[in-house]
Amino acid sequence: MKFAILVNEGPYTHQASDTAFQFAKAVLAKGHEIFRVFFYHDGVNNATRLTTPPQDDRNIVNRWSKLAEEHNLDMVVCVAAAQRRGIVDDGEMKRNGKDATNLAPGFRISGLGQLIEAGIQADRLVVFGD
Amino acid sequence: MTTKQFMFVNRKAPYGTIYAWEALEVVLIAAAFEQDVSLAFLDDGVYQLKKGHQTKGIEVKAFEKTWGALEDYDVTKLYVDQESLAERGLTADDLAVPVEVLSRAEIGKLMEAQDVVLSF
Repeated sequence: MKFAILVNEGPYTHQASDTAFQFAKAVLAKGHEIFRVFFYHDGVNNATRLTTPPQDDRNIVNRWSKLAEEHNLDMVVCVAAAQRRGIVDDGEMKRNGKDATNLAPGFRISGLGQLIEAGIQADRLVVFGD
Repeated sequence: MTTKQFMFVNRKAPYGTIYAWEALEVVLIAAAFEQDVSLAFLDDGVYQLKKGHQTKGIEVKAFEKTWGALEDYDVTKLYVDQESLAERGLTADDLAVPVEVLSRAEIGKLMEAQDVVLSF
């Protein structure tokens, strides 16, 4: 089956991102396909490479990046939500005159159309939020 | 383009969190993609439709007027949970736009018929 995943909460404060990650791993382990993982609302905060949790805690951001690399996942961060919350790639830095970027490897910033397309293309769109 | 039935389930109060506002942004994109869009309002989500938003004091943009504009995007299916309204002492007359008031069970059936359900 072809899945799409929507992550609506940021890391650490809410369980949603952890559960979405565990779900993604389980989906792939069962041999299913993930069309796209889309990050919206505070979910965009899963994509900052500046996250530094204590050493004995899980690194939620790096964990997503690694999963994306291993499985060639398409992980998309909503541009409007990212702009509000200061998630920046090279393009956004130039466009908005910022002095830094913080987008973690494996993520890309794009529009909400990518979420709707995921809903159209996938057999199931599974939402993780509060 | 493939058309699917997208239902947006709004459960949260209009202000206090950004969910309602950002959900509305997705609704407009889904409509722009010419999908079969409907909205359901449950729990505190029914407050999103209440007339007379005054947000000046909290310095947040009010989005009440957007409900009236949804028709221009061919989004006309707005379902409101009767029980949620009643629990909050509201009726359809308190709402900013015409809606279809349905029982919780009826909304449940509609959800079952959707291809995609996005809950905010």
